[in-house]
This record gives sequence, C-alpha cells and structure tokens, in this order.
Amino acid sequence: MSTVVRRSRRSPPVTPDSHLFPTRPYDLVKEFVIALGVVLVLSLVLAAVFSSPDRPALSLADWATRAPNDVVATATAELAGTSTSAGYGAPYNSSAPGQKLGPLSLQKWGGVQIPVDSAKDLVLDPLATVTGDPALTKALTTWSAAGADQQAAWAGSYSDALAGAPDGNPAAVAPGAYGPVPVIAGGLLALARSGGLQSQLTGQNNFYSSDQTRPMLLLADGAYLEDQARAEQLGGDQWGMMNESGNYPGQPWMWLYTFWYQVKPFSTSDNADALVWGLMMLLTLVFVLVPFVPGLRSLPKHLRVHRLIWRR
Amino acid sequence: MSGIEADRIEVRSSRNWTVRLRERIVRTVPRGQWLPDRQPAYVRSWIYVFGVACLAALIVVIASGIALAVEGAGWWHVSALGHFVNSVHLWSVELFFGFMVVHLWGKFFMAAWRGKRALTWITGAIAFVGSIGTAFTGYLSQSNFDSQWIAGQAKDGLNAVGIGSRFNVLNSGQMLLFHVSLLPLIIGVLVVLHIVLVRRHGVVPPFDAEPADYLRTEVRLPSPEPAVLAITPPDQHEIPTPREAVAPVIGSAS
Repeated sequence: MSTVVRRSRRSPPVTPDSHLFPTRPYDLVKEFVIALGVVLVLSLVLAAVFSSPDRPALSLADWATRAPNDVVATATAELAGTSTSAGYGAPYNSSAPGQKLGPLSLQKWGGVQIPVDSAKDLVLDPLATVTGDPALTKALTTWSAAGADQQAAWAGSYSDALAGAPDGNPAAVAPGAYGPVPVIAGGLLALARSGGLQSQLTGQNNFYSSDQTRPMLLLADGAYLEDQARAEQLGGDQWGMMNESGNYPGQPWMWLYTFWYQVKPFSTSDNADALVWGLMMLLTLVFVLVPFVPGLRSLPKHLRVHRLIWRR
Repeated sequence: MSGIEADRIEVRSSRNWTVRLRERIVRTVPRGQWLPDRQPAYVRSWIYVFGVACLAALIVVIASGIALAVEGAGWWHVSALGHFVNSVHLWSVELFFGFMVVHLWGKFFMAAWRGKRALTWITGAIAFVGSIGTAFTGYLSQSNFDSQWIAGQAKDGLNAVGIGSRFNVLNSGQMLLFHVSLLPLIIGVLVVLHIVLVRRHGVVPPFDAEPADYLRTEVRLPSPEPAVLAITPPDQHEIPTPREAVAPVIGSAS
C-alpha cells in the first residue's frame, strides 16, 4: 500500500485518509475530563459572580394598576377594531393579508389556526362573566344590540377622544356620543385590576392552561409593555431580540438575525419579518451546504488562516 | 476459500437482523476508532480542544437543565438555590455557544469538510442552528418579563412565514416542552451523529499534506515522555481505516 496519494495535473487535490498518517499519543478521555472540569468551574464562578436576570412578568393587574389609561385605550381599540391584534391577519384572523415574501403570501397561506376575535375574545366575553354590576350588564346589552356601523362609530369616537385627552385620561374626555364604550372599557379596567381578566383570558374555562396567547395579544396591543421593554433597551430597533433585561449577554448568537432589522430595506419595510426570515433561511442553507458551494468551499485554503493551526 | 472470506459472505447474505446491525456498526466506526489513544501527527493545536469543550459545556447545560426540570418550572423564581442553578444553566449555555463558535470557525478555516467529511460539517452546522432554536425556547420558558417581550416580538417573525400556529411562542407550555424534550432530543441525535462521523473519518489532514510529510518528523509532545513521533507503516496502524477494519473484525467474530 502506498502512503502517497497520486494526483494527475488536472484533477482536484485529493485529501488523504487521516488514518494513513503517522500518529502520536493522545488521551481523549483525559482531555474531555479536564474540559468538563474547567467548564463546570467556569459556569459555577460566572453564576456566583454575575447571577442571572429575572425581572418578574407583567400581569394584567400590574398593567391596570400602573397604566390604567393605557388599558382603557387598548380596550377601546379592541372594540373599534383598530388594535394590532384586530388587524393582524393569520394565524389569528382574516382582517389583513399579512406579510409577503416577494410573491409568496406565506402568512396568509398558514391560515387562521388560532382564531381570535379581539373585541369578543379579549374584551366582551371576559366582561360577560362579571356579575353584580348592572351598569356594565346594560352596556354590554346595548353594545350587542347595536349594528356594526354604530359600534364602530361609538368606539372610534371614544378612541379619538381619549387620544385628545391629557395623558389619555378617561376622566378628562370631552362629552360625546360614545354609547356604552366608556362603561365597557372601564369595566375591563376594573376586571384587570382585580386579577380576574388574566384568568378569564388564560383559562378559557379550563382548569389547566399554559397558553398565554390571548393575554399576551391584549398586553402587546397596549403601549405599556413596549414602553417597559424600550426602557431596558429591548426594542426591535435596539437589537432587542438578542438582549435581555439588565447587563447580561442575552443571545449574542442571534446578532445576524437582529442585525437585519437595524438596516434598510428591512427596517422600513412592511414585510420586514418575512424578508428577514427569508434571508436568514437562505443564509442558513448556504452555511449548512458550505462544502458544496463553489468558491466558498475553497476559500479557507486561500485565506491561509490554517497556517496558524497546522505549523510544520 | 479462507475463513475470513467465508464469514464475509455469510454476513452479506445473512438474514439475521442482529448480524446485519452489528456489521453496519462495525463498518461505520471500526473497533479502535471509538476511543483511539493516538491521533494523526498533525493534530497539535489548541483549536482541537474546542470540539471537546463544546461537548463538556453541553453536559453542564443538560445537567443544570435537569436540576431545574426536577424542581419545576417556577422553582428558580422563589428559591435562592434555584436561581443559582438557573444562573449556572445560563452561563453554561453562553460558554457552549462561545466554544461552538470557535470550533465552527476553526473547522471552516481548516475546510474540515474535505475528504468525504461533508456530512460531518452538515450535522455540526444543523446542530449549531438547532442549538440556537433550543436556547431561544429557553428564553421563552423563563416565565418572566424577558419571556413576555421576546415572545411578543418573535411571534411576528414566525407568523410572517406561516409557522406561528405550529410554533406558537405565546404558548409557554408548548415552548417549555420544545425546550426540555423535543429540541434537546434532536440536538442529542445530531451531536451523536456528528461524533460518530468524526470518529469514522478522523481529523481532517492539512491542505496538500501527505502521510510521508510526517515521517521522520520529531514532535514535542506535552507529556514528559520522549518527544518522538511514532512512525508506523500504514498497514500496521493500531487504528484501522473503515475499509481495513472490516475483515479482521469479522474474522475474529467467527
């Protein structure tokens, strides 16, 4: 058997079998045990010195206590159909076509798999469980008896009035034709403050529930959650996807994904998420298939960094 | 016909599934290559340590994760010990990714896919991407403010490509199960495959290197033993190549 791989002048270089090379002693198990010990000690020391962040989750009761005006404005937007979730599209509803990746309507094609009617599911149904509040019961009856145009007119007017009031304070709203909307929105604030709204949205009459889709949609429709996140440098345009609360490293391995959201055309596109995901899927495919990509697969030889690794 | 050849024919024609599986395993990674006590002479750089470091960090990640799982998802919010274990989990994950990045760049600069090692690169690359997904579900499973915010942001990306209902980041129960069972299982299988492939093909040789280049070469070894390279003709290697190992192994089984 020859130890030298013969090559023709035109054929690409052949990589010899590594088992044909002379060998030297190497203790893999010892290397692994030492590595395990070092990593364990490093992890323990880093944990002891730096700990880990744990800012408590925002509850709907917290939201109602700290930002009541935002809760009222959000409830009104849900009724008016102008909230983010109400106009989201798939997978929650059909009210918008959703984002597109070029000609591909991937979001729409995903279908409405988690149906959410924002006004009904996030506001009216939870309030329908409240008893002992005649004014609220009457307001809900009035709302359900009205036509869609009337409902939209009431909610739209009240939403505009809140926007014009100092700090969006419902008590400072000018008189107007708001129908039952102020009572309904105030009822949702009271229910949220009592803690009952959270269980209504999460539980859905189920003792066991681990799905926070509805309370999260409602919370995200408001401004309070984003205000809190931006204060922690977690906004989408603040590299937020890779950061976490406090001075912690977060997910630095997501830097490339987060990077695209900071630059045009992604940062200004209505289809930013679809475009970034499409680009990242393409880049991931290239990364996985590097051995087969002409040019890229031969790049390391020309970069000559390997000379730092293999010194003769 | 020799005894070895007869055994070969018997194995090839055997309808015994156990024999076939055994034969397949031996062909994939012959005896002596699982835990070799020698490596090719060119394996003498600190960069090689980072592959093992990834594995070591992964074990610390899994061990600390198991400790968190045993006590329950909310334990670390109410217990000082639980918070410390969570911190160990977090920092071991950070180390795991740090080691993986160095390992990955090292393998890139070595063009470690050469010599029929493309699948080794592919399994490693998918394991890296899968680890990002697993860590991501970990952040979603923290049940704190960061989980809320990350979930609220991430749903838009997943929904935009039509998979948000299957990978519902607002469903903390689904994310926790993904994080502690489904994704670690996939990563585990990929890591095992990756290691099997590394052991099967060995460490990629340097560019344009020939075995003869390393004959009569003296190497300073880290051990106090004489720093002289072991020079053995290829046909007398202690570690057989996959092709060479089949016959003797089958022969010894008869």
